Amino acid sequence: MSGAASGGAARVSPPLRKSRTRAGEFAVEAFIRVLGFSTIGFVVLIFLFLLREGVPAFFEVPLNGFFSTRWYPTFKLFGTLPLILGSVLVTVASIAIALPLGVATAVFVREVAPRWAREVLKPVIEVLAGIPSVVLGFFGMTYVAPLVRELLGAPTGLTAFSGALLLAYMALPTIISVAEDALDSVPRSYRDAGLAMGATRWQTIWRVVVPAGRSGILTAVMLGMGRAIGETMAVMMVTGNAAVMPTSLAFLFKPVRTMTATIAAEMGEVARGSTHYHALFGIGIILFVLTFLINLAAAKAIFQKRRRGGLR
Amino acid sequence: MSRSLLQTLGFILLGVVAMIVVAPILLVVGTIVARGISAINWEFISSMPRGGMREGGILPAIVGTLLLTLGTALVAVPIGVGGAIYLSEYARDTRLTRAIRLAIVNLAGIPSIVYGLFGLGMFVLFLRFGTSILAGSLTLAIMTLPVIISTAEEALRAVPQDFRTVSASLGGSRWQAVQHIVLPQALPGIITGVILGLLRAAGETAPILFTVAAFYLPRLPSSPLDQTMALPYHLYVITTQVPGMPLSVQYGTAFVLLALVLSLNIVATVIRSHFRRRRQW
Repeated sequence: MSGAASGGAARVSPPLRKSRTRAGEFAVEAFIRVLGFSTIGFVVLIFLFLLREGVPAFFEVPLNGFFSTRWYPTFKLFGTLPLILGSVLVTVASIAIALPLGVATAVFVREVAPRWAREVLKPVIEVLAGIPSVVLGFFGMTYVAPLVRELLGAPTGLTAFSGALLLAYMALPTIISVAEDALDSVPRSYRDAGLAMGATRWQTIWRVVVPAGRSGILTAVMLGMGRAIGETMAVMMVTGNAAVMPTSLAFLFKPVRTMTATIAAEMGEVARGSTHYHALFGIGIILFVLTFLINLAAAKAIFQKRRRGGLR
Repeated sequence: MSRSLLQTLGFILLGVVAMIVVAPILLVVGTIVARGISAINWEFISSMPRGGMREGGILPAIVGTLLLTLGTALVAVPIGVGGAIYLSEYARDTRLTRAIRLAIVNLAGIPSIVYGLFGLGMFVLFLRFGTSILAGSLTLAIMTLPVIISTAEEALRAVPQDFRTVSASLGGSRWQAVQHIVLPQALPGIITGVILGLLRAAGETAPILFTVAAFYLPRLPSSPLDQTMALPYHLYVITTQVPGMPLSVQYGTAFVLLALVLSLNIVATVIRSHFRRRRQW
């Protein structure tokens, strides 16, 4: 016993060599401080460069033109509304699919599943998080889109719905892991109290545990939404990319085009400094601000929780 | 219906939902492995593309992705680990520290295509690196930072406070504690985080669209200022931009990319679980 303990102690205390100089140490610490603050610098830099290239668009295209309903760059029409609504449609639909699946899976993994099932499920979900978006897009094109076409009898399977389906799965790892943390942070005493009142485990889960973890689940949804709205490749490959105004829910089963796909598809072909070029950066600004706000809201929830000692 | 029957049915339903989540993942991986592996041979991974990319191999794309990942690591690892050391060992809970954390959350949330725009604006055009491995690596590095910082900070924080106290009681300075005790102890966790960040960078397409990627460039890059092909972009190109591309080439490319990313994933998982078991605290 004592041998193991002293072995452990030996492992953690390598001989401390005399440090070079105090000045050297000061320099290292100053450097580390700079690295620590660099992230703020990067966020600012990103925003500044988007503004630098994107703001001219707001002078070249009148504001009511920039937020109008027609995006036809060849005719100098840069209305971003169809693209914004396209992104919103696909994102909202994907969350509508991913939320029930994600919460149910999180509940299953945390509250119900036997140990072996948990140890199979977790790594598989982690694998999903690691699959590159272009690979999922490829799979979506070859399998999901034809399936959607057959199921709907539509002329094409490249629809908002196909995109939403892929996005839902891409958002799932985030939603599941954050929702799991939320369930995990619900005190054990809540569960015990529910059971002691004579409720079944099922009733306790849905009437006590999940409601108690709802703010964390909301955070999960927001993070998933941020992920979905910014996703580019998979969406571009399966949504059909028609810049139309999705004015009704029927457009869920028609081709639409998102903001991200527009930038990715068109930036390669525009002349630098043209109105079209600036307009694409303008869309970048909209995306940056949108995701910034979504993540700010999610971060606020997380930080508050942490200060109250809610999340571990 | 009795309550216990309801509960049993409910639990079964939850299990079914979990299957609905997991089954397509296995289907995607299974399909790409099954159909991709037959397209793979030595020529495919070791020779230049020929015949409008429909024949030959994908060597330049593989090399390009490896070089980009290496470049990303060279930039992102020192900044990320340094930033994590600052947050875990030096930073107090001030307004400024909270601003750093907010910046990290937001960096993690910025869409990959916006990183692409930023890389184009700053590295390609403003700093005049041109479409190059350098510009792409820098763009990917900034995108990877939040993953590396968060996981490295978590690993550093997991080292017990006692270790630092003991070091201080022996007259060690704070940096000595970091250098000789905290950092070595946290290393496996940090390596796991670095790999997870890098595999994300290796699979990304959107940030390299306008900063590095060459549509078709059948030679190996010779300097950091060269353009290069890359696996994810190549897969996008051959699945959407080139008509009449044989499916076997598409599946083969998807398989190589997936295998690269998943094997890194497995390495990270193994390192993590191996050291978690060996850890004595």
